[in-house]
Amino acid sequence: MILFELIEYDILRVIWWALLGVLLIGFALTDGFDMGVGALLPFVARTDVERRVAINTVGPVWEGNQVWFILGGGAIFAAWPPLYAVSFSGFYLAMFVVLAAFIVRPVAFKYRSKREDAAWRTRWDWALFAGGAVPALLFGVAVGNVLLGVPFYLTEDLMPMYPGNFAIKFVGLLHPFALLAGVVSLSMLLMHGAAWLSLKAEGIVAERARAIGVKAGMVAAAGYALAGLWLAVGVDGFALGEVAANGPSNPLYSDVTRGGSWLSAYAARPWIAVAPILGFVGIALAVLGLKAGREVSTLLWSKMGILGIISSVGLTMFPFILPSTLDPNSSLTVWDASSSHQTLFIMLICTAIFMPLILMYTAWVYKVLWGKVTEEQVTDNADTVY
Amino acid sequence: MEIGLVELSRMQFALTAMYHFLFVPLTLGLSILVAIMETVYVMTNRPIWRQMTKFWGTLFGINFVLGVATGITMEFQFGMNWSYYSHYVGDIFGAPLAIEGLMAFFLEATFVGLFFFGWDKLSKVQHMVVAWLVAIGSNFSALWILIANGWMQNPVGAEFNPDTMRMEMTSFFDVLFNEVAQAKFVHTVSAGYVTASVFVLGVSALYLIQNKHKDLARRSIAVASAFGLAAALSVVVLGDESGYSASHTQKMKLAAIEAMWETHDAPAPFTAIGFPDQEARETHYAVEIPWAMGLIGTRSLTQEIPGINDLVAESEVKIRDGLIAYDALMTIREQREATPSEVRETFEAHSDNLGYALLLKQYVDDPRDATDAQIKMAADDTVPGVAPLFWAFRIMVALGFSFIAVMAYFFYRASFRQMQFPRWSLYAAVAIIPTPWIAAELGWFVAEFGRQPWTVDGVLPTALSASHLSIADLLITLAGFLIFYSVLFVIEVSLMVKYIRKGPFQDVEETDAWQERHESRLRSETPAPTLAATPAE
Repeated sequence: MILFELIEYDILRVIWWALLGVLLIGFALTDGFDMGVGALLPFVARTDVERRVAINTVGPVWEGNQVWFILGGGAIFAAWPPLYAVSFSGFYLAMFVVLAAFIVRPVAFKYRSKREDAAWRTRWDWALFAGGAVPALLFGVAVGNVLLGVPFYLTEDLMPMYPGNFAIKFVGLLHPFALLAGVVSLSMLLMHGAAWLSLKAEGIVAERARAIGVKAGMVAAAGYALAGLWLAVGVDGFALGEVAANGPSNPLYSDVTRGGSWLSAYAARPWIAVAPILGFVGIALAVLGLKAGREVSTLLWSKMGILGIISSVGLTMFPFILPSTLDPNSSLTVWDASSSHQTLFIMLICTAIFMPLILMYTAWVYKVLWGKVTEEQVTDNADTVY
Repeated sequence: MEIGLVELSRMQFALTAMYHFLFVPLTLGLSILVAIMETVYVMTNRPIWRQMTKFWGTLFGINFVLGVATGITMEFQFGMNWSYYSHYVGDIFGAPLAIEGLMAFFLEATFVGLFFFGWDKLSKVQHMVVAWLVAIGSNFSALWILIANGWMQNPVGAEFNPDTMRMEMTSFFDVLFNEVAQAKFVHTVSAGYVTASVFVLGVSALYLIQNKHKDLARRSIAVASAFGLAAALSVVVLGDESGYSASHTQKMKLAAIEAMWETHDAPAPFTAIGFPDQEARETHYAVEIPWAMGLIGTRSLTQEIPGINDLVAESEVKIRDGLIAYDALMTIREQREATPSEVRETFEAHSDNLGYALLLKQYVDDPRDATDAQIKMAADDTVPGVAPLFWAFRIMVALGFSFIAVMAYFFYRASFRQMQFPRWSLYAAVAIIPTPWIAAELGWFVAEFGRQPWTVDGVLPTALSASHLSIADLLITLAGFLIFYSVLFVIEVSLMVKYIRKGPFQDVEETDAWQERHESRLRSETPAPTLAATPAE
């Protein structure tokens, strides 16, 4: 099969780098509001009926949304195998916590309302809270650690190694900068969840959600600005030496130095400033929309804010994907951590076929489910809804 | 320390994978049974079929969610616990996993919400289509997962790239149409259909014993036994196909399953029962069926099936050949682009057996330093544990044949004996509910344990594949999974029991009204115009 030569290897790598961003953003935009609603649940809904309203706003869609996360894992595996291998084993215990959250969350959605028992329901409500809040926080912490650099190295056989004690490694993830990134991601998704509830719920639930969403949005914007300042003064960046064009995907072939600032990317590629601007503007408009009680537009602004924030991280680090602090030469970059030319090509074809289909039928499902979830709907259909 | 880490990683993978597969077979089969029931409802308009769809759909939902939740662990565990494996074969193995997400999982997960929440929002036909999309999505999911797994058993369409130190895809079509994957796919989904059929049969039999929900139970038995009979036949036929493909792709696995120590003159006999002794390399008290093995394995009377001892000798030759490739690889790694072309040619000529040289890494850091004794030990390592495979396989096969008998019996009673089932048969149907799960888990055990000592047959040894984590890391997560999964299992089973006890939601008025209209229509031959309308939805 020589067809794959149609697209140059390095161009495919950049496309797949962008698609990685699309998947992460797709995940944050869709499953993000599910996690936000989960994390907001104890605060926006006090009675059982209120909670069922909040839960049922995401009831029919969380399952499809969660596939963005799973597809993200599969696509990283297929397109960036070294990233899949190094990051998931490097963040081992943190990944386990995320997995536990993503396992308990579906079960909580599905099983919560299957018994009348109040204690049973309260337990599952807390599971939904943890299942939303914990991953929302940890994803940010992970991104913060990627910006700081991760303490791994690759052997000559390209076996990833992470020296050190397991407990120290786990606690080591909780660097103040990483925690700040965690706060940004948690508050951003709380805002997003609030925007969703404002659209899909009514009455007191929507009102409480808007009040919390306004505060969360402000925290997100402030945290994001602070993280930017911190990057400017307190975090070392990485720089890549000469790389052969269309070279083999062997991270050890490249020459990487640590030092300077990540933000020098904005001097080299000024146009990328559009990402943080989108981030700030989106959050600001979402906050204003929440205050004014606008519904559809608020959700869209919230999406734009999230899109801006997440893409700013990728654009700032380009071409780095996972820098190594222990051995900078082991760092994974766009040019040396991808799949083979052929695999990238085949996966691109598959994505080009199926992604539009996915977007189409997902849009249809949202259209069928359009409209607010009311207390009457929940109490009248107690057997079929959550 | 190293050995402990690999073993713990294997235990965790076995635990999470086998737990995941407690839920998958029921999802595969029940999704289709529910879609069939809903189709009957749409075609006949009889409310009972909608009740059946909703009732079995509820049980499907309770099971489905745990299949999804535990599947997440599988998707990420390769990277977490098998990072060298992920690097080494991700270029091939990752693709089917990603396509599974794109093509199948998105479909089933997006529409499963609509299946439960869309009863009032969709037309009848639309809702039926949604049910079918969930079923198709689930089954396509299995296809891609088995293409991935099939590649681990029979790694076609790939070669080692010395510059990137990993396997890379050379032909996507070979990976896709891997004969092992195709046979495994049909075998596995059919096993899922049998599981769901036995489940529906058992629960319905319980209702008949308890003298309740009889309309639902009888019809459910009729659907399940017909579907289950076809599926049970398919499981056995495709199981045979898997055995046939193993005779040329995974000779060692086949020989171990059969406890065939020595190569036998063709056609080889099949050992029905016996006691394999791995130390002495012989099978005690063997009861043999002449010719059977040769016929199943090669479909000929003249082709030989190699025995374990000959295969070990073959492995030794491959290890020595692999060492030539390993030596060339070290030169390439040092000199990179400057490598003389002869060295690259040498590597390519021997790279098929590179994996065999890697078996020596357990004994020496540099396989080239291995002694003859170590090479012998590594060759012996290529024999998986014979006795567990021998027995697991036989129990699975016996169960497989018994499912055909059970389904045929109920199909016969349902079709030709007015759905009258003797009481003993109903008790038996309830008692056998767990057996398809046992058969399915044993099947996976044979497939995966039989592949040892490899993660990818002949390419990458299991001992090299695991992540370099600490023992403490593994103990924490293993304990976590054990506790967490046990709690979820108890909750799942208790909810299943609760909803089976509760039974279907029956709208008595609606059913009676339908019955009345239906009977009057039969009596008056030509229905009155007002009655011609379809019964109320």
